[in-house]
Amino acid sequence: MSTETTTIGAVQNRNPARRGLLTLLIDWNIYIMLAALIVASAVLSEHFLTLQNIYNLLRQLAPLALVSIGMLLVVLTGGIDLSVGSVAAIGGMVVAMAMPALPIEGGAALILCVLAAMACGTLLGAVNGILVAGFGMASFVATLAMMTMARGIAYMLSNGQPVRFPRELPTAQILTAFGAKGVPGLGTPWPIVAALLIIVLFVVLLRCTSWGRLTVATGSNETAVRLAGLPVWRYKLLAYTICGGLSALAGVMVTARTSVGTPVTGVGLELDAIAACVIGGALLSGGKGTVVQTMVGVLILGLIGNIMNLMSVPAYPQQIIKGVIIILAVLLQGMGASAKRRV
Amino acid sequence: MERLQMQGIAKEFGGIAALRGAAFSARSGEVHALMGENGAGKSTLMKILAGAYDHQGGEIRINGAPAEIRSPQDALRRGVSVIYQEFSLARHLSVAENILLERLGRDFWLDRRGMERRAAELLADMGFPEVNPRAFAGDLPVAMQQVVEICKALSRDCSILVLDEPTAVLTAHETEKLFALVRRLRDRGVCVIYISHRLDEIFALCDRVTVLKDGATVGTWETATLDHDSLTRLMIGRELSDFFPARQTNLGPVALEVRGLTTPLVQNVSFSVRRGEVVGIGGLVGAGRTEVLRAIFGADPATGELRLNGQQQVIRSPGDAIRAGIGLVPEDRKQQGVLLDLPILTNAMLTPVNPHLGLFGILRGGRERAAAQGLRERLRLKAASLEAEAGTLSGGNQQKVALMKSLVSRCEILLLDEPTRGVDVGAKVEIYRVINELAATGAAVVMVSSEMLELIGMCDRVLVMRAGHVAGELSGPTLTEEGIIELAMGRDNVH
Repeated sequence: MSTETTTIGAVQNRNPARRGLLTLLIDWNIYIMLAALIVASAVLSEHFLTLQNIYNLLRQLAPLALVSIGMLLVVLTGGIDLSVGSVAAIGGMVVAMAMPALPIEGGAALILCVLAAMACGTLLGAVNGILVAGFGMASFVATLAMMTMARGIAYMLSNGQPVRFPRELPTAQILTAFGAKGVPGLGTPWPIVAALLIIVLFVVLLRCTSWGRLTVATGSNETAVRLAGLPVWRYKLLAYTICGGLSALAGVMVTARTSVGTPVTGVGLELDAIAACVIGGALLSGGKGTVVQTMVGVLILGLIGNIMNLMSVPAYPQQIIKGVIIILAVLLQGMGASAKRRV
Repeated sequence: MERLQMQGIAKEFGGIAALRGAAFSARSGEVHALMGENGAGKSTLMKILAGAYDHQGGEIRINGAPAEIRSPQDALRRGVSVIYQEFSLARHLSVAENILLERLGRDFWLDRRGMERRAAELLADMGFPEVNPRAFAGDLPVAMQQVVEICKALSRDCSILVLDEPTAVLTAHETEKLFALVRRLRDRGVCVIYISHRLDEIFALCDRVTVLKDGATVGTWETATLDHDSLTRLMIGRELSDFFPARQTNLGPVALEVRGLTTPLVQNVSFSVRRGEVVGIGGLVGAGRTEVLRAIFGADPATGELRLNGQQQVIRSPGDAIRAGIGLVPEDRKQQGVLLDLPILTNAMLTPVNPHLGLFGILRGGRERAAAQGLRERLRLKAASLEAEAGTLSGGNQQKVALMKSLVSRCEILLLDEPTRGVDVGAKVEIYRVINELAATGAAVVMVSSEMLELIGMCDRVLVMRAGHVAGELSGPTLTEEGIIELAMGRDNVH
């Protein structure tokens, strides 16, 4: 009889010596990745580190940043929102159509128009929230339905045509200036400033308010929150509602930059937003993820595109490379989780 | 003064009575043990107290006043906290946030410092100042997670605390610390209800004991008036009936030999089974019984040696096992045993070793049907047709469908995990008959069961497991309920 041990199945044994450094690298993987991408960009192109290029890049990323924050809130509760792109399109259309329609002109009129756009997004987000939190529908299904409905509404608003507003309208001039110009003196484009303010707002809300922690708690262990006697539905509803509002605002930003409201705005935006959350380490099962890391995810996605444009990589391979980066990021995080478990 | 009184509590699950008029009462400032065999109704009773289950009859009184408990919130409001074996912590939140989760619902700004201070106070008060209130709850060792759960209950002024097998996952040292904590709570007037299978713990910790059996209360005693043996007798207290069909044991050569089987939950398990033999595995839930079967079947990674018909064999997956002639009927019939939405025929042919397939795996409906029809008659499967969805069958018949897979693949070593769980008495006898018939035709059967009568009535030998190892083996005159309980609960190798 053999004394040797035969394995039934496989038990893994790994060398513990390399864990320390490995864990460190894995914990900081997205920052390392971001730094590597910045260095690579700077090496590849002398234009990259010019203020102009950085401003351009960030201005283009501002709408994605807003949508990603909304997506993060939903993802934290353990859900997903596929309708963000379509809702953004509606936001961009509503603001473009409301400006010439209003009897008043100027800054106050613009604020009204933006609020109207955000109200539409908030409403659609609330419908998502009610379907998920109130009727217990799977978020994937509810927001998939909203994705197609909202897109349909966006097309119907203008019969499928882009909405061009009169350039000479004072309200419109403010909006396009917002999209094109920068803060007087500094030159920082307004969309970047606005996005930064919103990022700071949500960093504070998620970190320093009970609401933020309970949103995380809902995704981490819904039963625990419910057993503590707290209204789980409220945190879910709020997450979807805010996500809708932020998506519409992102649509407004796109309209400001392009001076036209189009119903095809934000096609595929939901995928970029989900990718940003996931690269940033958010768990799609909920309970894990931060605004700052999600913003790093947004930057990584933006930089990949920027590098490849600088290297004149055609659009189609770009999509493949983007996918590979997402897979790599998530693989690294998975390794991080299992490395920690073994320690 | 009785803090809690439960009277005439009844509960049915799908027509099967889990509680029939159970009564239970406990005082402030005592640790009260709730004892009984697996399935006696302890957990059901406590889930009713926690508002997790609705009860169909009876009354709950707290401090003498009738208390309507229909939801977990009702229970919390009345100061009842139950700590289950699976904790309800939010892994991604800090210890402090978990302990003071309710408070989060009241404040707008997160008072991190204040919460951490309050949590640290509670933890220190409970004798666990080493737990960092800032740590993520999910990163703590299991024992500390339990402490966090208890602190969470205390933060909302719980006066009735139920601990459901709290030491199942703890080391001896951690158990001591937990006991100190429980005594401290008792001295402060908390009514602690303690569920455990470990007799030693009951005598070390509890003031009184209530014993449940078959969903009814046997009685309540002062722990001091009982000893190991008398408590064991109280928990069993029934006759071995002639419930089990007679069987002629005709032992053949050794079919399965396991040596030193080890997994994270099982240590060094060795045994062998001969053709025509039924070997039982007894022990408490969580003792590692299911894990042994799953490891042999290749469903979980394990080390150790496996010999089939004298030949050493490496099994890395369920596919390997089935090809080697080992079949498993898993514990959870509805989740793992059968596909409820699919017809009987499809279920029966759901195996990698299907001798009724044609060339290149082309389905040969006629041959499959004939084979399934044969098995249907052999097992006396009651179904309208082979096209009937498995979900429309009764529990006993579903179990037969789960078994068909292994028989289609001509497995001769059958691993049955709680084969009669949740089926009624008539169906149980049917399943016993089938097992006996399989053994009579030369199959080697390993059967895990929580029902001691079943083990005694069906098996030639019974291995009793405790905490992941085989505590002892019983057969013939030593195979009694007392023998099984003693081994299962903590006296090694009593023969």
